[in-house]
Amino acid sequence: MQSLLQKTNDERPLLEVKGLKKHFPITSALGKVQGYVQAVNNVEFTLNKRETLGLVGESGCGKSTTGRTILRLIEPTSGQALYKGKDLFQLKQKDFQKMRSKLQMVFQDPHSSINPKQRIGRAIEEPMKIHKLYDSKERSERAMELLNKVGLRGDQYYRYPHEFSGGQRQRIGIARALALNPEILICDEPVSALDVSIQSQVINLMEELQEQFNLSYIFIAHDLSVVRHISDQIGVMYLGELVEKAPTDELFSHPLHPYTKALLSSIPVANPEFKREKIVLKGDIPSPLNPPAGCKFHTRCPYAIKRCKNEEPVFKEVAKNHSVACHLID
Amino acid sequence: MDAKPIYSSEKIVLNQHQYNKEQRFLLFKRILSNRLMMFGSIILILLTMVAFLAPIIATQDPLAINATARLQAPSSEHYFGTDNLGRDLFSRVIYGTQASMVVGISVALISGFFGMVIGLYSAYNRYLDHMLMRICDGLMAFPAILLAIAIMAALGPKTVNVIAALSFVMIPTVARVIRSAALVVKEQTYIEALKSQGASGIRIIWVHIAPNTISQLIIQLTYVFAISIIIEASLSFLGVGIPAPDPSWGNIIYEGKAVIYNAWWMTVFPGMFIILAVLALNLFGDGLRDLLDPHSKK
Amino acid sequence: MEPLLKLNQLKTIFSTEKGMVTAVDDVSFEVYAGEMVGLVGESGCGKSVTSESILQLLNEKTTNYEGEILYKGMNLLSLSEEQMREIRGNEISMIFQDPMSSLNPVYTIGNQIAEAIMIHQKVGKKEANLRAIEMLRLTGIPSPEKRVHEYPHELSGGMRQRVMIALALSCKPQLLIADEPTTALDVTIQSQILELIQELREELDMGVILITHDLGVVAEVCTRVIVMYLGQIIEEADVKTLFKSPLHPYTKGLLKSIPHLDGDRTQKLNVIKGVVPSLQDVPSGCRFAPRCDFATEQCRENPPELLELVNGQKVRCWNYEHILREAKDHAVTTSENK
Repeated sequence: MQSLLQKTNDERPLLEVKGLKKHFPITSALGKVQGYVQAVNNVEFTLNKRETLGLVGESGCGKSTTGRTILRLIEPTSGQALYKGKDLFQLKQKDFQKMRSKLQMVFQDPHSSINPKQRIGRAIEEPMKIHKLYDSKERSERAMELLNKVGLRGDQYYRYPHEFSGGQRQRIGIARALALNPEILICDEPVSALDVSIQSQVINLMEELQEQFNLSYIFIAHDLSVVRHISDQIGVMYLGELVEKAPTDELFSHPLHPYTKALLSSIPVANPEFKREKIVLKGDIPSPLNPPAGCKFHTRCPYAIKRCKNEEPVFKEVAKNHSVACHLID
Repeated sequence: MDAKPIYSSEKIVLNQHQYNKEQRFLLFKRILSNRLMMFGSIILILLTMVAFLAPIIATQDPLAINATARLQAPSSEHYFGTDNLGRDLFSRVIYGTQASMVVGISVALISGFFGMVIGLYSAYNRYLDHMLMRICDGLMAFPAILLAIAIMAALGPKTVNVIAALSFVMIPTVARVIRSAALVVKEQTYIEALKSQGASGIRIIWVHIAPNTISQLIIQLTYVFAISIIIEASLSFLGVGIPAPDPSWGNIIYEGKAVIYNAWWMTVFPGMFIILAVLALNLFGDGLRDLLDPHSKK
Repeated sequence: MEPLLKLNQLKTIFSTEKGMVTAVDDVSFEVYAGEMVGLVGESGCGKSVTSESILQLLNEKTTNYEGEILYKGMNLLSLSEEQMREIRGNEISMIFQDPMSSLNPVYTIGNQIAEAIMIHQKVGKKEANLRAIEMLRLTGIPSPEKRVHEYPHELSGGMRQRVMIALALSCKPQLLIADEPTTALDVTIQSQILELIQELREELDMGVILITHDLGVVAEVCTRVIVMYLGQIIEEADVKTLFKSPLHPYTKGLLKSIPHLDGDRTQKLNVIKGVVPSLQDVPSGCRFAPRCDFATEQCRENPPELLELVNGQKVRCWNYEHILREAKDHAVTTSENK
């Protein structure tokens, strides 16, 4: 009993996010706050070392905002993000800048994520320069080594971004994120802008690097089949809230939330002989400006009951590691 | 299982070489194919050479008064004729070129520098933006020439003051252009990436945003150059510009105004130089914009 | 039955600063009424250029066409611009990927649809407005009488794409070209839109060309599939055959490189090595040879022809027989294992 209470460093999750909220104020022309967009509401999850957490959901569900608030690229409204027990949100700007080296980000758009006027070698060195690591020769060597690690050649160091294809630029983006030896990479739709045959190259690379550098990923994407392939656990978001979270296989074999079920059934399957019951959701995603009361999904939910309209469901664990927010699951 | 793309390395290096050569060739071809820009740049080069070589090109001392040879028509001795004090007009226009080019270049550089600083910082910082842009709005509400006259009236007619006044008048325009260019760059993902790496504001502004606005700056400065030549001429014409007896295109025309019916050459020759310079600068600027900023093309 | 549309060795050539670029090279295929043909491939494979060539939407100054585009036996390439305008939107319609930039923001959606109807059909404004409402209802937009008065920015992405479809179908075209119609949409909305296109195709007996990079979408809705690579058709088959026994190594590679929902997660994804070359330096032999695992000397030197097999499947590969045999062996062994 005693040992269970006193968790050692190793047992503690690498990153623990609790009650994360981000409400963007909507101001009138005169600067008066008229209301809030609830972009992220009460999101919580844990991430262990060498683990990948997939965050899926449709546009506007808050998955990207979640990733950015953890890095404080967007300051959160409230909540905690405990990195090795230390709350990132409580750190002073100056202390947090130092912590940034442990949490890095890979972006979606390979075309705008690298400075077009900078040679790619310099782009990879940039974070090391910012953190004043190594001397200039060591930095160059390290940049070339990183280029090798991501499947490019060291002698491409002197080239400019426009000389690379989308997939290669995404590799450069990954090399740059690795320059500071991070422990957590937040990947915001890292492959969705790439061609199908290039996607698999980048996914494989990310898996290799995870093993090699003991990385943990938060993998944000809308493509469920990609997320399924790379993630250990998956969180499904809808209108700023986490509606279901489970280990990957569990989520795909026993989805509980009606939204998860609908999402899974809408993925097009590359097999014309595979027939299944499709749950086609009616209507559109409501605006996060004016979300429905009660369960936010009730306007589109085929199983909604009266209670869903009035009472907000609680996100709770229903099986081991499987949490869901739905009145119908008890 | 091999995620690495397969390259044949020699081919890539060769291709790289080939590619650079090709790019340079294409750029060259594009410049050559833009006839108007070529015309503009040739005129500009000629004018710059005239300005530099004024002491060599000028046939006589531009300040030497010769009471016996007043208001002579153009001849083989005085290519552009002489003015009301008998000074050689050709030499005066040549030295006037020097004055105009010096003013134009200085104004472009000074307003370019301050405009860039103000533009970049207002793009980056919302509070500074409100303050600086309202000041710019205020300054731009005055007609440029009135503002310049007011400043010159306060400072007194001197070449340095002309440069100072014109630079002051031009800074808001440059700042606006740089600000809007910087706002576009600021929204690019790589700026967010830099923030996620922990880069400081100064580094983001100067190392990453600034180089991406340079092409816009250069284009804008060619126009600033052209406008300052016109305003300088206007100021000199009004008697608050480059002080007599030093020649400038503007004050030669001013002196010629009184005798315009007897001595057309005193207004026509400097006037032609002004038109030529401004036209050349505008053509050059338009050409540059087409080259550097493909989005502006229709 | 005569095909609705028949491309006969279509070539689309762009003249660029760097010289001539053949973006679509020797493309021939047919589309019959009532069928949905999928045109798939990666960026730069020429699938969009093919569709834009059919309607001749490309910049005419820099584009040259060769070959024939036969629509009901009539060669579209020989028509004048005026005659083409009669065809566009009336007989052949197109839906684009980005529904926002394809709608005019200053007119109501009702106006835009009514206008399209009035251009092509001799009906009055009132009649056109009624038809517009009917079209919107057909695409499943709730309370279309109210929606016709709304502006594009008041609609969500899915609704806008429905409006685009209503606009495209307003003149009851016989051929619909849908260029990545669901790429900008969310999955749950995507399945709504695909279902809608499917229903309308049956109802109006249209031929549909669906251009997409998503093999899943193709498998769900298409009857026949054409795979393109670097401007050429490399494989064509009916949907079941293509997914069950693809012949071209590129098709095989593509199918294997997407993560499947029922696939083994611990296994690495298959990759096609390298990158798509640029159209400026197309490989001299088979265009896929530099990335192909099966490439031989012959592949690198001689470009293969598009061959038609007994079952109607077409493939552009020197070694497909060999690959086919291997696949059969593989199929036998796996079924034995089960």
